[in-house]
Amino acid sequence: MIPAPVGYIRVDSTEAALAALGEHGDEAKILAGGQSLIPLMRFRLAAPSMLVDIAGITELSGISVVGDTVSIGAMTTHSALEHSGELAEACPLLAHVASVVGDPAIRHRGTLGGSLAHADPASDLPAAVLALGGTLVASGSNGSREIAATEFFTGFLESALGADEMLTGIKVPVSTGGWSYQKFNRRAQDWAIVGAMVAEGGAGVALVNMGATPLRASAVESALAGGASSVEAAASAAEGTEPSSDNNGDAAYRKHLAQVLTGRALRDAGME
Amino acid sequence: MEISLTVNGDTQSADVEPRTLLVHFLRDQLGLTGTNIGCDTSSCGACTILVDGQSAKSCNLLAVQADGAEITTIEGLAGADGLHPMQQAFHESHALQCGYCTPGMVMASISLVEEYPNLDADGVREGLEGNLCRCTGYQNIVKAVLSVKK
Ligand SMILES: Cc1cc2nc3c(=O)[nH]c(=O)nc-3n(C[C@H](O)[C@H](O)[C@H](O)COP(=O)(O)OP(=O)(O)OC[C@H]3O[C@@H](n4cnc5c(N)ncnc54)[C@H](O)[C@@H]3O)c2cc1C
Ligand code: FES
Ligand code: FES
Repeated sequence: MIPAPVGYIRVDSTEAALAALGEHGDEAKILAGGQSLIPLMRFRLAAPSMLVDIAGITELSGISVVGDTVSIGAMTTHSALEHSGELAEACPLLAHVASVVGDPAIRHRGTLGGSLAHADPASDLPAAVLALGGTLVASGSNGSREIAATEFFTGFLESALGADEMLTGIKVPVSTGGWSYQKFNRRAQDWAIVGAMVAEGGAGVALVNMGATPLRASAVESALAGGASSVEAAASAAEGTEPSSDNNGDAAYRKHLAQVLTGRALRDAGME
Repeated sequence: MEISLTVNGDTQSADVEPRTLLVHFLRDQLGLTGTNIGCDTSSCGACTILVDGQSAKSCNLLAVQADGAEITTIEGLAGADGLHPMQQAFHESHALQCGYCTPGMVMASISLVEEYPNLDADGVREGLEGNLCRCTGYQNIVKAVLSVKK
């Protein structure tokens, strides 16, 4: 299907992007890789009147590690994350998760900032940033601010970003402790039916597609902190979750999967 | 909006509506109908082309996003010295039946072996996850890609 008529501006700086957002208000949408937005526009589930293409803002792409912090520009593609030797060393979980998003063609275009801003609970990278205890950097008409990943995802496809704001970057701590991502799906390129993510030896555990937002499995984290085994801790993985039912599985099945996958992820991350 | 891009080595300038999908621009405005459309959900890969050397689904990009880019479609592969090695391999391994998925498969495979030079058969299957074939059962496609692998 063909998207509804739309305007288009290409900008080459964050300031210009913010000015365009300011001018066009709620009717404008940032266009990053387009790998989520264009499908929505084709189904006319999204019909912005203006697209602000930020692909030309070169300073928004790149990965740098300084001290204990990995900083990644919002426009860094999944493919760049997947192939970065620096990221594989500083934060192997994030590099791995990027490599299982969609298929290679999607990974060449889709961006980390786009995946986070899209805030789909079924997406892989938001849960990774959540498990890692990352921070999102946003710029708006009132300057720039940092938002903890735990505060960022506010509802289904909703985030703490204001209509006049854009994401410029993501920060995650250097994290080389035990990690794993168990993504369960039936068709290779698909989103997870359920996914379980373990970061830093169990300090961060997050769930994909177990509710309206990506979730921290806090019951699992506190059980582990209290000395529980992986089997004991994984038993509480579905606590406090409200997964949806769809043709891939009902809520009870998803809760079962959350427990099984969390157990597998903990063991894969090297925990007893 | 005015765009200018290179398609199979030729510079093309055109006036397009921002909502025009790249695949429609290639097929309807440039007449390059080798790039197929197989779905409405960006999942079949029949429309796969190369943008600056990397595979992309041309139904999932706007033509305006390709302004300034170098595009290669299936029509741009064969040269004076014959078929591209990947086309030749598909031919020799009989990696097609109806051929509908083939342009996308060939383009995705060219990008795949560039990006992941050491793939085994499982890796090729995984790497072509975004390209669906309704006929072949994939066996000969995997065989073809492995035979060109760098
Ligand atoms: C066939 C297919 C399979 C896929 N499979 C998976 C999968 O298995 N797992 C998965 O996680 N994802 C999957 N995806 C989605 C993919 O990861 C997208 O690339 C990603 O979700 C969006 O990134 P983008 O750069 O393309 O963003 P866009 O599509 O350009 O934008 C998405 C949304 O974010 C907003 N936005 C983008 N950048 C910014 C910014 N810097 N600041 C503020 N707002 C911004 C846009 O306005 C829009 O609302 C798949 C997509 C397809 C088409
Ligand atoms: S037509 Fe582009 S993925 Fe199906
Ligand atoms: S050969 Fe018919 S769809 Fe692949």
